Amino acid sequence: MATQIRELIGNHKILPVSMERVRDEDDLYELGMTSFASVQLMLALEEAFDIEFPERMLNRKTFASISAIDRSVSELVSGRA
Amino acid sequence: MNVAVNPAALTTPALERMARVADEVAARYAADVDATGRFPEETFAALKRERLLGCWIPKEYGGEGLSLTEICGLVARLGQACGSSAMIYGMHQIKMSSLIQHSVGSPWHLDYMREAARDQLLLGSATTEGGIGGDLRNSICAVEVVGDRYRLTKQATCISYGRAADAILATCRRNPDAASSDQVMVVCRKGDYTLRETVDWDTMGMRGTRSEGFELVSEGDARQVFVQPFSEIAAQSMLAMAHIIWTATWYGIAADTVVKAQAFVKAEAKKKPGTVPPGALRLAEVSASLQQMKSLLVAGIARYEEALADESLMNTLSFIAELNTIKVSASQLGIAIAQQSLMILGLAGYRNAGPWTIARNYRDLLSAAIMINNDRILGNTSNLLLISKIDVSVA
Ligand SMILES: Cc1cc2nc3c(=O)[nH]c(=O)nc-3n(C[C@H](O)[C@H](O)[C@H](O)COP(=O)(O)OP(=O)(O)OC[C@H]3O[C@@H](n4cnc5c(N)ncnc54)[C@H](O)[C@@H]3O)c2cc1C
Repeated sequence: MATQIRELIGNHKILPVSMERVRDEDDLYELGMTSFASVQLMLALEEAFDIEFPERMLNRKTFASISAIDRSVSELVSGRA
Repeated sequence: MNVAVNPAALTTPALERMARVADEVAARYAADVDATGRFPEETFAALKRERLLGCWIPKEYGGEGLSLTEICGLVARLGQACGSSAMIYGMHQIKMSSLIQHSVGSPWHLDYMREAARDQLLLGSATTEGGIGGDLRNSICAVEVVGDRYRLTKQATCISYGRAADAILATCRRNPDAASSDQVMVVCRKGDYTLRETVDWDTMGMRGTRSEGFELVSEGDARQVFVQPFSEIAAQSMLAMAHIIWTATWYGIAADTVVKAQAFVKAEAKKKPGTVPPGALRLAEVSASLQQMKSLLVAGIARYEEALADESLMNTLSFIAELNTIKVSASQLGIAIAQQSLMILGLAGYRNAGPWTIARNYRDLLSAAIMINNDRILGNTSNLLLISKIDVSVA
């Protein structure tokens, strides 16, 4: 799943830096993810994984790193199954 | 500024002390501050004397540990007498909130907080930058830390009371290689910096805030850089504090126009006993608007206090959207209230002087919509609402 998330971040140009440089634990906001870009990423994730983020997940922490996103998306995907 | 402390300051409740400053000092100098566009020094000397600059600081650090509601009450009370003084006092408290909440784990900042309470220091702010404008979460300038020293140069196009402040809290990138949103905040102390004026401040209103543009060149102890990244300071306190405390300021300024309108209607009623003056209906109408504005303020404070107790709420998009909306609504309501009061006061209110003038209030309130442009804030909120659901709950 982390690979797919990486692809989404790369394809939607969420970060001003190249994806090879980004490690799973890196803080995406520190790497230059704007609040506009973070919402674009949330929309892309909902679309790609056919999920809907509940309000409590719509916060900075949920989307702060690739591994954090991975955890949240996994929770929603497995909850649906 | 070294001012003797009023011994009564420590036994009287803060709001009473503020009423004294507002009625006896701020109101007296407000017209001159506005006409000449100068810093309200008499008011700030009085605020220091009454120990009202450090009252938000927790008791264990030498303050009074007041609540956000109490702080907003103080700001609004001052706003009834002098809008510029209230805005300065409010902006100072917004900076104070950063110090109070984000000094944890930084002995330098904890010591500085103690010093701020003891010496009643006045804190200013430099977020706005040439080439960036009001986009708080991006910086061009960067702090450079070499050994145990920091160095910062910022084209700060708007620093209120820059020359009167005891410190300027400036945002900048973490280092010269950092992304524009990877920011920190630095406490630049008076003595650390030089200010070269680049833009003057000759404006319609808020003339006493003296929000000139400067090139800020500062150097000092590297520990003065806040440990917590600015992204967290902004998200956890500063954005909410700014919107709530600005709202309290505008509320005070707007409330003063309604107080005048009521006195005017009452005087009319006494002149013609047995009749209801024509302005009475409008007074009922404007009192409803003022109540609406107060509700926004009270709701904002309640929301923030709820979020303080539950950190997960603080970081949600719906919380940010709600606080953004409060700012936009309050800024529009303030000017609408002044206009409604003007309808009651008529020409007497429109005059630049005299007992019924609300000219200064009106001009001061015009800044609300552009103090971080409402269009910028609405743009930001519109982005959040692409994903965050509209809140339809009652609680
Ligand atoms: C009384 C007063 C005191 C102040 N004191 C201080 C202070 O002490 N320290 C400090 O740092 N700042 C201070 N400011 C400045 C304030 O923080 C803002 O930087 C300022 O109001 C400009 O913000 P802005 O976003 O509206 O405008 P700018 O960023 O200058 O934008 C310019 C124009 O862009 C348009 N615009 C609208 N939305 C957007 C958008 N989303 N993106 C881009 N452009 C947009 C607007 O129409 C605006 O006219 C003060 C302002 C006032 C009115």
